[in-house]
Amino acid sequence: MSIQAIKPGWWQKPLDGQEKIWLSIAFVWCLAITIIMPWWHVVGDHNMSGEYHKITGGDFSMLTDQFIEKYQVGMDEGIPVVVPPANSDIFLRGAQWEWDPVLKLKAGSTYRLHLSSIDVNHGVSIQPVNMNFQAVPGYDSILTITPTTKGEYRIICNEFCGAGHHAMIGKLIVE
Amino acid sequence: MSAQKFRTCPATGLKIYSSAETLIQINAVTAIVFLLVGGLTAIGLLLTRWQAVHLLDDVLFYRALTLHGIAMLVAWIVFFEMAILYFASAVLLNCRLATPFIGWLQYILMLVGAGLTAVMIILGQADVMFTSYVPLQAAHWYYLGIILFAVGAILGCCVFFGTIGLAKHEKTYEGSMPLVTYGAMCAAIIAILTLATGALTFIPTWLWAAGLIPMMDAELYRLMFWGFGHSTQQINVCAMVACWYLLGTLTVGAVPVNEKVSRAAFALYVLFILIASEHHVLVDPGLSAAHKTWNTGYFMHLAVLASMIHAYSCPAATEVALRKKGYTKGLFEWLKKAPWGDPGFSSLWISMFGFGWIGGITGVIYGTEQLNIIVHNTLRIPGHFHATVVVGTTLAFMGITWYVLPLIFRREVIFPGLARIQPYLFGVSMCVFSVAMIMAGVSGVSRRSWDMNGMDGPFQVDFGPMTDLFLAIMGVAGILAILGGALYVLLAVGTLLIGKKIEG
Repeated sequence: MSIQAIKPGWWQKPLDGQEKIWLSIAFVWCLAITIIMPWWHVVGDHNMSGEYHKITGGDFSMLTDQFIEKYQVGMDEGIPVVVPPANSDIFLRGAQWEWDPVLKLKAGSTYRLHLSSIDVNHGVSIQPVNMNFQAVPGYDSILTITPTTKGEYRIICNEFCGAGHHAMIGKLIVE
Repeated sequence: MSAQKFRTCPATGLKIYSSAETLIQINAVTAIVFLLVGGLTAIGLLLTRWQAVHLLDDVLFYRALTLHGIAMLVAWIVFFEMAILYFASAVLLNCRLATPFIGWLQYILMLVGAGLTAVMIILGQADVMFTSYVPLQAAHWYYLGIILFAVGAILGCCVFFGTIGLAKHEKTYEGSMPLVTYGAMCAAIIAILTLATGALTFIPTWLWAAGLIPMMDAELYRLMFWGFGHSTQQINVCAMVACWYLLGTLTVGAVPVNEKVSRAAFALYVLFILIASEHHVLVDPGLSAAHKTWNTGYFMHLAVLASMIHAYSCPAATEVALRKKGYTKGLFEWLKKAPWGDPGFSSLWISMFGFGWIGGITGVIYGTEQLNIIVHNTLRIPGHFHATVVVGTTLAFMGITWYVLPLIFRREVIFPGLARIQPYLFGVSMCVFSVAMIMAGVSGVSRRSWDMNGMDGPFQVDFGPMTDLFLAIMGVAGILAILGGALYVLLAVGTLLIGKKIEG
């Protein structure tokens, strides 16, 4: 009974055959998933690059403004649209409650995407491809991305960031 | 002190001291009150996320969501766990409760803490969600409420350990403590360690909100918060598994297949899950990939192993017990002839199914570094934890209630026919709810959002008709689950008020 104290000697009781089989299966399975994760980090294509450095909101904002000034081609719903060259550093700034700028990228080109927030935590949810990252204030998170499919994407904030959270939707274009 | 009043339970022969009994009762009743609060907020949340209905306005929605998390995940579960700790120590060890006045202090601190936090949320002073990630800021009273609650819970754990020591000293039991008490002890160890982490997170945040010290680093807060936030879920897992063994014994007289294996599995929870909380920050900056992989791989999967062991031991124990009753024909006669009409038994099995097959499997998948990219902060996450904490923990606690009512409150459960269908109504619809929520999350719908279509934003989003279908299924199943929860509250409270008294 699980509700009664047990007599000494329970530690010596041998395992049942079926129990041994199950324990072995469970252990091997746990070992397998433990190995797959780092293995996939080496051979897989979809991994966080893990690159970051600390930065103040003011500095990140300044870098984003310079980036916009350099490559801006127009406006979309009041948000600047930029067309950066391939293999360059690109910036996405999260602020209550707006993503800017609208990035226009070239399919097949690789970019270093700098991601941060200048106020509170924001979530970067790129739809409909469904890729999700975190923008944390004080950190410049750098993702190496190569867009492959042409189209128009949405950047939805998916970390609660205050009253206007649900209106925080940005745009990403791949041509 | 040894002259404390006690009675002997006629059904089990256990000595039940009045000090322990009162504290078990009052903690359990308070838990149910918070379950009711959480259930009321659930109605609003459900009917808002079901985009076709969209009931609440945005401000009210975020407020209700914050309150829902605090009332359910914190207040309901932890108050009930305090009742379980007192039951597993004083009642099961046949002992009086050590320092009952500290037990009362536990209750008062937790009540004041939970009350203060809830009031601040309702007043609109804490629209920060359950996680309260800095730099989002609530009124400092909100953090103080959580700190008081945590201190109360730590005191409850101390009373639990004190009682175990007392029982050992006064030799109220022989040999090793019962498995259920052992499981509860593992829960209490995890509780003390995680609540200490919680204190390290919330005390600086409280002082910051009061304007006394500068803000903690935003990423450090996230890491620290989850050292507390996810590890506290392992208290729930431990308490739930202890309840599974308890229910197995109460319903069919199950005996653990091998005490050594079950106890070792509990120890694995204590040793490993505590540190494996980085699966919450897999797509964050601030930690290296190697760090995250090591933490969420090696450490987490050894705790998963523990759940895999219980996934064998718990059903196996009930199978052995039922076969001993003579249901030995074929492979599955024991399963067919099992007491499915006993709400404790059906709760046990639905709880095991939902926790393992929906919650556990999704949890392991979502905790991998690469897959987390398509999962992070989508509806898949609440889908996962509604399977673990609601179908798993909550249903197990509900199942225990049908036995606590006659044993501790000495009342016969009213309307046993309704009690019989309650686990099915609540458990099955909660399973459907979780799966539908996960499916909506697969298409990328984010959690904690008032409007997934972005109608107030510069650009709109369309997730397509399939997502609407899953949200509708989630809505209907959710309403059925809320009815099941309401039935539980009605039956439990009704039994306390008008249930027939049991003498003895």
